[in-house]
Amino acid sequence: MAEYMILIYEDENGYATASPDVFQQVMEAHNRFAQQVEAKGGKMVSGNALQPTSTATSIRGDVVTDGPFAETKEALGGYYLIEARDLDHALDIAKSCPARFGGVEVRPIMVFS
Amino acid sequence: MTAVPDRTSRAGFPGAAGDTRSWGGRKVRGGRARQDPAAAVADAHRREWAFVLAATARVAGDIDLAEECVQDAYVAALDTWSRQGIPDNPGAWLTTTARRRAIDVLRRSATLRGKLPLLIEPLPPVPGSAPPGPFPGDDVEIPDDRLRLVFTCCHPALAREAQVALTLRLVCGLSTTEIAQAFLVPEATMAARVTRAKKKISAARIAYRVPGTAELPDRLDAVLTVVHLLYTTGHTAPAGADVVRADLVERAMDLARMLHSLMPDEREVRGLLALLLLTDARRSTRAGPGGRLLLLAEQDRGEWDRAMIAEGAALVPGALRGGYPGRFALQAAIAALHAEAPSYQQTDWRQIVELYGVLLGVWQSPVVALNRAVAVAMADGPQAGLAEIEELERDGRLADYRYLPAAKADLLRRLGRRQEAADTYRRALELTMNAAERDFLSRRIAETGGQR
Repeated sequence: MAEYMILIYEDENGYATASPDVFQQVMEAHNRFAQQVEAKGGKMVSGNALQPTSTATSIRGDVVTDGPFAETKEALGGYYLIEARDLDHALDIAKSCPARFGGVEVRPIMVFS
Repeated sequence: MTAVPDRTSRAGFPGAAGDTRSWGGRKVRGGRARQDPAAAVADAHRREWAFVLAATARVAGDIDLAEECVQDAYVAALDTWSRQGIPDNPGAWLTTTARRRAIDVLRRSATLRGKLPLLIEPLPPVPGSAPPGPFPGDDVEIPDDRLRLVFTCCHPALAREAQVALTLRLVCGLSTTEIAQAFLVPEATMAARVTRAKKKISAARIAYRVPGTAELPDRLDAVLTVVHLLYTTGHTAPAGADVVRADLVERAMDLARMLHSLMPDEREVRGLLALLLLTDARRSTRAGPGGRLLLLAEQDRGEWDRAMIAEGAALVPGALRGGYPGRFALQAAIAALHAEAPSYQQTDWRQIVELYGVLLGVWQSPVVALNRAVAVAMADGPQAGLAEIEELERDGRLADYRYLPAAKADLLRRLGRRQEAADTYRRALELTMNAAERDFLSRRIAETGGQR
């Protein structure tokens, strides 16, 4: 098994204007996802949602600035760290990762041996 | 059959079960002993590269290592075959040599422990690092992993241009220099592209396997797209003096034949092979004296390769039958109508328009819509075709596609709207880099009264 990070990129506006119903659905989808990872033979290592980019602070060199590192329409909003057999397995798992207002990126974790 | 557990390891290629082929049933061409060893090596390179590399990759668990060992095996072959004669089964000799080398390297390497689980078949002990003598037994079964190699090269996690480069490099065995020349990019660029792609395969652990049933249609479509792209790139080179780059065309044809032999029941593979055969049957008539480009209407149909047409046409019904036809089967059916028509005028344009309509249903490409418009112009007259092309122009997706203004100009010319035709040919000329096509367009500009 190898570790992959699933990075969730979404349009934050989606959540800013979402109804309680939508929030409820998203929460349920994420709860289901944790079970799906195991059901698909992968392993959930960890995962977190991030506060919106309005809470971000960036540092380049010594300069501290307000805001995320890159201003994009779809911002990093959360991540999962999973274990999977190979890329196809990781992609199969990542396809069921909720990302209602955007999508996900899958990156292998680098192994230093 | 060698049963292999689908286990994983830290190395690049998790193993899985695969087909085997028996060398015993595969004796080719007698009289090898009298053949020139260098020619035999070159021949084996062309015929056996993919098989040897694919079989070695399974043992090596790493594409780079496999490639190195296979290259070494070909070098060793030149030497050994000169001294000891050419073996009955050069492919088996090369595979055994390359696989032994890979195991030898792995045994010595520090990563041995991580890669050992991939050593899925007991191999004879390696006698030092010397290559084996004339191949000992003809009944050895070596798994045919060529499909795995192809599907790995064309994995959707790789960019299309990387898929193309890797396929030529790993499946066809072309050197980076040759690939760079074929695509007219600097060698350093191509080398970097190949290296990046190989790194991604190993770092992201792209599995060395044939996809399962659920994924297969999409994954196969990517493979067929790569082969078709190779063919079309060769069929009309994007730039340069010749219309056709025969090397790329032949590689694409080899790949299509290989895929068809490995997946005889896949209708789209059959469709692609049919399409390439039916298109390539006209290759020699596409250019006239001095390399001048000849249109379908002007080509000498008597010179078309009837054997290829017959072979391609015979594949079409099987590609169309058994469910909704795919895009390659439909294109092959259209190509068959063209190839079997007695003349351009007597082509079944009505049927071709219909097939393009069905094709648009499975493949909503503006290029298909443009081809349909050209067929409509033949079936219902240039005015009807022009209306469809103008609609496509408004759509905008073909803004830089040279064949749109070229097709439109032709219809304007046939409608007698000469000045507009000349202007539109000029627009096509601006978008065209191929010398033969440029020459054709310049002549048309002159004929329609514009200046060259």
